[in-house]
Amino acid sequence: MGGYSLTDLVSIMAMQGFAGLILFSVFVLMALGLAIIFGQMGVINMAHGEFLILGAYMTYICSHVVQTYAPALFPVYFFAAVVLAFGASFLLGIVVEWLLIRHLYKRPLDTLLATWGLSLILQQIYRSIFGAREVGVELPPWMMGALQTTDSIQIPINGLIVMGLTVIITIGVYVLIFRSRWGKQVRAVTGNRIMAGAVGIDTGRIDRYTFGIGCGIAGVAGAAFTMIGSTSPTAGQLYIVDTFLVVVFGGAASLFGTIASAFTISQARSTLEFFLSGSMAQVLVLLTVVGILMLRPQGLFTLKVRR
Amino acid sequence: MSLLARLNTPERRELLWLVIFAAVILVLLPAILEPFRLNLFGKYLTYGFVTLGLVICWGDAGILSLGQGVFFGLGGYCMAMFLKLEASSVANTKIQSTPGIPDFMDWNQITHLPFFWQPFHSLAFSLAAVVVVPTVLALIIGVAMFKRRVGGTYFAIITQAIAAILTILIIGQQGYTGGVNGITDLRTLWGWDIRTDHAKTILYFVSGITLILCILAARVVRMSKLGRLLRALRDREDRVRFSGYEVANFKIFAFCFAAAVAGIGGAMFTLQVGFMSPSLIGIVPSIEMVIFCAVGGRTSLLGAVYGALLVNWAKTTFSEDLPQLWLLAMGGLFIAVVLAFPNGLAGIFRLAIDRLPNGRGGRRQPGITPVVAEQAGAPQ
Repeated sequence: MGGYSLTDLVSIMAMQGFAGLILFSVFVLMALGLAIIFGQMGVINMAHGEFLILGAYMTYICSHVVQTYAPALFPVYFFAAVVLAFGASFLLGIVVEWLLIRHLYKRPLDTLLATWGLSLILQQIYRSIFGAREVGVELPPWMMGALQTTDSIQIPINGLIVMGLTVIITIGVYVLIFRSRWGKQVRAVTGNRIMAGAVGIDTGRIDRYTFGIGCGIAGVAGAAFTMIGSTSPTAGQLYIVDTFLVVVFGGAASLFGTIASAFTISQARSTLEFFLSGSMAQVLVLLTVVGILMLRPQGLFTLKVRR
Repeated sequence: MSLLARLNTPERRELLWLVIFAAVILVLLPAILEPFRLNLFGKYLTYGFVTLGLVICWGDAGILSLGQGVFFGLGGYCMAMFLKLEASSVANTKIQSTPGIPDFMDWNQITHLPFFWQPFHSLAFSLAAVVVVPTVLALIIGVAMFKRRVGGTYFAIITQAIAAILTILIIGQQGYTGGVNGITDLRTLWGWDIRTDHAKTILYFVSGITLILCILAARVVRMSKLGRLLRALRDREDRVRFSGYEVANFKIFAFCFAAAVAGIGGAMFTLQVGFMSPSLIGIVPSIEMVIFCAVGGRTSLLGAVYGALLVNWAKTTFSEDLPQLWLLAMGGLFIAVVLAFPNGLAGIFRLAIDRLPNGRGGRRQPGITPVVAEQAGAPQ
């Protein structure tokens, strides 16, 4: 580490840590949706990345519409876009559950394959509508800057917004699952499906809305994603393996585990990226995670579930 | 007894289908296709090896691996490394700053052949490595996972992660692996030019015959007690375990068998197509291999191979004429197969045979029990 002074190193670590926090936020947003679906229903949704991209395209459309028809509202369009992204992905999720997933609950491996087919179809639809090239969303000026905290440490504002959004969504999910009547029903179905049905919970309906909400959160992740990367029809696929590992590593049914593992993986990766090349950092982190999963297949945190 | 009646025992009927398959591959296709198309079918055949392994691993033992591309790629890279070293003789590479090493190493300022490339000067070593390297990796993964009773969806995700790791590693280590372009510009196999039409036709026949031998080997496995145990543990793993069998060992065997066969397929791919690159072994190609198998029929050896040929042929035909429709068609086909025909084309075909009017309905070929709708699939 020859050429760096101590203060340089501290600010590099701080900036790198912050980059890790942004990655962490996106991971959490993606993984939360996946964890709800996987943990609750045991369904592997390979099309999760495409729901994320749907949210991103919704944001893209929203920014264009607002810019053209109501430029005065442009500075705050993003908040409408988040709602729109959630709504679109939620609705698509419900339709997909009704058409496809509910026929396959007894065959989890086949869900994986069917949702992969779905992801191919969605990718092609995006390509037909939006073109194969990457599109970027234009951000209002106030979101573009950076906070200058010290001489050498800059904190980008859009990163802060992504993190704020993550905190809000996480709290929202927590309240929904652990404090609402609906969440109680969801947990009852996860714990013991047959008994939950016997006491009068409509398990089919719970499944449908759970799937929808998981997809909706992916849509919000997509809206957040537009601030740090550009959107293309196949961008969702790049994140799906990482996200699955986050969920499995954390322990599939545990929301807290998901957040903890997203934090560990993203921080490890962004810190290593400074010392190694990006690809080697990714390989090292993935290998470590796979290695730990071989030793502890149930993940870091587990929930007792009666099957 | 008429000839037809004597042929009508289940084992013989299965052999008859195999003979028909051999006739299609070795006589019919070469007769009707021009060399360019035949070479394409040679490429499709190499995917047949992978789907064949998947029948044992996924159709029989119920282990869904989303990382078959890894084994396919390892076999292919082992072959490609040998061919590349032969193509990079000192005479061929005298314009490089270090003659005698592959061109991509020279571009990446590497001056010595890395140690793990050294043994690939030997053809015998390379051919052995084509089978051994994938099998050993599968053995390591299998022992680590199945001994700890990891299965189902978890196993699928982890094999997928391994596919991602290998791809990123190969792309990242450009100097040692050729990076994203892969290992290209392969010329000769022991002095025999593999780039001519004539050579490619011969390689097609080598692929076809090797594939038929592999089908026979897989058939021996399926007809034996081992095969019956694999299917038993797919349907009721606990009962097999309580009967005193060490379930993990059988699963490891099935996974290793699939890996070895996929490795052979990868090596044939390298020979037939003339290069090997990470774009052929990552997450997407690995899942596509599962698609070939599912469409053909995961419980039928021949069905799965036909699946690989048909889907690939359709892919080439469609993407020539209607590229934008291809992904839609493939996605739709896949959903339809999973929802409506879990046994794929072979299942549809079998139904049609059973419905034939001359009273042969109801007979099942041994060793080809269809997938039950409700698999014991809860993650463990």
